[in-house]
Amino acid sequence: MSSHVLIVAEHDGTRLNASTAKCVTCAQGIPGAQITIVVCAVDASAVAAQAAALSGVSRVLCIENAANGHALAAVWAPQLLAIAAPFSHVLGPSTTFGKDLMARIAGLLGAPQVSDIMAIESATRFRRPVYAGNAILTVESSAEGKLVGTVRTASFEAAAGGGAAPIEKAAVSVELPTHTRFVSVSAAKSDRPDLQTARRVISGGRALGSAEGFKLLYSLADKLGAAVGASRAAVDAGYAPNEMQVGQTGKIIAPELYVAVGISGAIQHLTGIKDARTIVAINKDSEAPIFEVADIGLVGDLFQIIPEIERLVGAG
Amino acid sequence: MKRILVGIKRVVDYNVRIRVKPDGSGVVTDGVKMSINPFDEIALEEALRIKERGVVEEVIVATVGPADCQQQLRTALAMGADRALHVQADGVVEPLIAARALLKLIEREQPLLVILGKQAIDDDNGQTGQVLAALWNRPQATYASKIELSAGTARVTREVDAGLETLEVDLPAVITTDLRLNEPRYVKLPDIMKAKKKPLDTLTLSALGVEQRQQLKLVRFEPPPQRQKGIRVQDAAELLAALKKKGVL
Repeated sequence: MSSHVLIVAEHDGTRLNASTAKCVTCAQGIPGAQITIVVCAVDASAVAAQAAALSGVSRVLCIENAANGHALAAVWAPQLLAIAAPFSHVLGPSTTFGKDLMARIAGLLGAPQVSDIMAIESATRFRRPVYAGNAILTVESSAEGKLVGTVRTASFEAAAGGGAAPIEKAAVSVELPTHTRFVSVSAAKSDRPDLQTARRVISGGRALGSAEGFKLLYSLADKLGAAVGASRAAVDAGYAPNEMQVGQTGKIIAPELYVAVGISGAIQHLTGIKDARTIVAINKDSEAPIFEVADIGLVGDLFQIIPEIERLVGAG
Repeated sequence: MKRILVGIKRVVDYNVRIRVKPDGSGVVTDGVKMSINPFDEIALEEALRIKERGVVEEVIVATVGPADCQQQLRTALAMGADRALHVQADGVVEPLIAARALLKLIEREQPLLVILGKQAIDDDNGQTGQVLAALWNRPQATYASKIELSAGTARVTREVDAGLETLEVDLPAVITTDLRLNEPRYVKLPDIMKAKKKPLDTLTLSALGVEQRQQLKLVRFEPPPQRQKGIRVQDAAELLAALKKKGVL
């Protein structure tokens, strides 16, 4: 039995987001999967070439339209609906992009959606976290009908390169709504690694005390080649911008090294870091819940410990 | 009359430590505190603030679920909603069913705006708002951290992975809330008394013409794998030595 899987590419117009390569690995877990990646863009050529190079992909489809410059779910979903007919599964990443878009497609299809797929057991059986990761649920869809899914990117490695899938243009002519308009996006420019794909992440909590306090972490992160994250409490307090938030409602990440500095470890935060290979906790409260999940715990004053670590790292 | 429809869900309270039932059929809810889903509480708070600014005249709160949901609807009325709609449904209500029921309520009430939480903290599906917007063929603005209304449009700032994105949508539209949109008010005792007199209408899915067909079977709930107990170190030097030993530095 073969399954025809459509993956909606996440990109910024020029670069394919790493989340798409993780969706490919997830899709490969579906027995007999024939994988197609679809790129919606104004000019899809650059992104399509990157998608075609992912190993395991059979075909790349491009939907080009002047209205596709920003990923507006209300604009993209009807175009994706127009090409969805031959596919058994329609997948996207469980990033804010994919979560926003895929459920709109599911609504148009009247199809069920499995959110945050963390494992595939068969073409119809999936595992996903519920209750902020405090339970793992196995769900089963019927074999007939389409299934929409979002892929929990922290659960899958990125597919390798080296592929050479054919690239085709899809002729889609549907009327697109004008009721939703992009105005702006504000993102802090940073030379640090991307939080969602970084191998090392240092995160700070409310104990940092101020945006000034976070500079300690930026400085150490730059020595270690790490990305910087934050707890919800630190973001709420205005010490760090929202895109740095790690946890149930922020980013779910799986770095090789995660250092939690002055973070107590609410379950909603722990949800975001469960797949980290090694977790280090630095906190002055020896009873903080973060120590229950930490591989290495250090009780003490972060304002002394962080500069000391930086000094020792610098000294080699 | 200009009105806002707010959808809420009854969920296990945010602070409850979740335990999976030994037979894997679900999580323990007997004797467990239930509350309005926190994101939905933010949705209601935002609707109330818009009403207090005089932009709309009425806030309706609605839910789809079993009889017990009326407790949460009463809490919502105590917070300040003007009336409540309870669509009675036992068993699993999938996002598509909830959205179809809400669409029927939209057709009856003709709201200017529908505000929902971005996800429920029990099933963590995060779908209902987008599915509803698709069925309704209206704009969606998910993960809102700021909403500015003007004649016929809403300007919504969204928390996205890249940072903050601003969209302009024509009304009516569906907006789903993120945590930093507002801080919901506390309910005062006199408001709880007043809420008892506010209208709460009960409907059924079948009366609305919505079939409660479950498309995803819930096969099994399991507790998540536990991480192995870690070690404690005394200072920065010991920490770095331990990291080098693990091969991560």
